Amino acid sequence: MARSNTLLVKGNEAIAMGAIEAGCRYYFGYPITPQNDIPEYMSRHLPEAGGTFLQAESEIASINMLLGAAATGARAMTSSSSPGISLKQEGISYLCGSQIPGVIVNMSRSGPGLGGISPSQGDYFQATRGGGHGDYRTIVLAPHSVQECYDLTMRAFDLADRYRNPVVILGDALLGQMKEPLKPRKHRGKAVDKDWALTGAGGREPRLLKSLYLSEGELTKHNWMLHRKYRRMRREIRYETVGVEDAKLVVVAFGSVARILKNAVSMAREQGMAVGLFRPVTLYPFPQAVLRRLAERVNRFMALELSTGQMVEDLQLSVGPDVVDFYGRPPGSIPSPDELYREIRKNYRKRIG
Amino acid sequence: MKQVFKRPKSLADVPFHFCPGCHHGIIHRLVAECIDRFGLRERTIGVASVGCSVFLYDYFAVDVLEAPHGRAAAVATGVKRARPDDFIFTYQGDGDLAAIGTAEIIHAANRGERITVVFVNNAVFGMTGGQMAPTTLLGQQTTTTPFGRDESLSGYPIRMAEIMAQLTGTCYVARCAVDTPKNLMRAKKSLQKAFEAQVENRGFGFVEFLSACPTNWKMTPQQATAHVTEVMVPYYPLGVFKEDENPN
Ligand SMILES: Cc1ncc(C[n+]2csc(CCOP(=O)(O)OP(=O)(O)O)c2C)c(N)n1
Ligand code: SF4
Repeated sequence: MARSNTLLVKGNEAIAMGAIEAGCRYYFGYPITPQNDIPEYMSRHLPEAGGTFLQAESEIASINMLLGAAATGARAMTSSSSPGISLKQEGISYLCGSQIPGVIVNMSRSGPGLGGISPSQGDYFQATRGGGHGDYRTIVLAPHSVQECYDLTMRAFDLADRYRNPVVILGDALLGQMKEPLKPRKHRGKAVDKDWALTGAGGREPRLLKSLYLSEGELTKHNWMLHRKYRRMRREIRYETVGVEDAKLVVVAFGSVARILKNAVSMAREQGMAVGLFRPVTLYPFPQAVLRRLAERVNRFMALELSTGQMVEDLQLSVGPDVVDFYGRPPGSIPSPDELYREIRKNYRKRIG
Repeated sequence: MKQVFKRPKSLADVPFHFCPGCHHGIIHRLVAECIDRFGLRERTIGVASVGCSVFLYDYFAVDVLEAPHGRAAAVATGVKRARPDDFIFTYQGDGDLAAIGTAEIIHAANRGERITVVFVNNAVFGMTGGQMAPTTLLGQQTTTTPFGRDESLSGYPIRMAEIMAQLTGTCYVARCAVDTPKNLMRAKKSLQKAFEAQVENRGFGFVEFLSACPTNWKMTPQQATAHVTEVMVPYYPLGVFKEDENPN
């Protein structure tokens, strides 16, 4: 891949390209709108890279195929959208329990149920709270541009291997479908020694990957060990800020909404309002400590989401419930920068003056 | 003196936890012998399912991966695609394979995955305490068919080997039992054939074992084995349902 070239691609394609560049050689998936560009891209390009694309019979089969391939030490990915991600949850829980890495992409759509195919951020809770059964977490990365779709997918594979844990990329219909310039760059992550991978017990003791622990105290120990690992993941916290230094009101949003919000915030700035933007890039772990520090000098926060309010709870836990307002948009329409600007102005006048 | 009986290398030197008279132990042994026979121990990856055989990894001296309940065939697909030169087998009960995992087994077989499936049909859910399985015989009492399985409520006992044989993607399909020495020898042969299908890269191998569950059948080990011979075999005929010499 020519590194200097700038390409015009969709967010979905950028994810697929980033995955292959990061060394992903196995992809398993089941079609669902709005992420079909990912399996379609993989079906064409993975074989060229010496990998295998397999269209599975269901999302359940896909995540379990990923579990099998990744257990051998290979880099593997699956992608889907909301209802399909729900079906993968048992498998994700097993991946966590057995400490098997893997990348799961959710280009989310709207729910509940069949919902619709419009963009939504209603899967925030599912992504950041584990999603399936048991006391576990996955790292969650939320790109807001096509370039980030590419970059964060590469990062997702490195993090998955580093922590022996699945990593979720949470995008949405808007991000997946929009075309933007992309500068592909070379993957530079270091290969991790996978001394746990199943490769046949040739000249060594047999290995075992499992999540079942029945003997006295074993499972408690296992859960504490996982918990310590999730705490270590805090090192990976990433976020972006725009104009928070002198801000009186900081708006907080992730993914595609943050993207739209950037315009709204500069409109507010032009009108002389001291407004800043805080965009978490890792949704789990959430940049709680950074926000807490920010709250020492910023009086008001406002969460904006394409849902009736999910991330806002993490924001409240970070800065306290009394200084947070919320503007939510359940699925159905995408807010324009103008609309978000008006919401910010309304809040600014009320809270700051 | 010639040694006629010894522990297969692929079988760990630990006692089985299975109930007395359970056929799982015999079937484990047959699989381990087969791994040894083909010299596959160092390149075998076993996929354990959820059921009474979930502790497969305690007994086999090979790499083992735990699959969620019913998903062993999908998990094995992922393993095999990533390690095409290794020998991959799944070991699944009839709840695992013929109830919750029906979609995965049908599609793995239909894709002609180069894996070997050991399917243990004991006509009940053993691990969870003897509830009805799709393979439970009509009239058979279980903890969820207290009046006997009634087809108007629960349909008919499913014959998996016959279904698998219908799929173009399968290479070798047989049903065996380990109730008599003669059947045991036949089972050994069938397992070898199913192994060969993968070792020679010809295709998907499937061996169904009729297996006794004395505990949940509420029988003595002797009664349970006789029950296989007298009641199960008539409904689930033993034999080879498919044998393709050519790759598919
Ligand atoms: C998703 C899920 N559903 C249900 C169970 C509970 N469960 C464990 S084993 C089992 C059935 C076991 O029966 P079978 O596969 O026939 O194996 P056997 O124990 O008879 O050898 C069930 C229902 C589970 N572990 N996971
Ligand atoms: S419950 Fe049945 S299948 Fe399970 S170990 Fe006991 S006899 Fe075997």
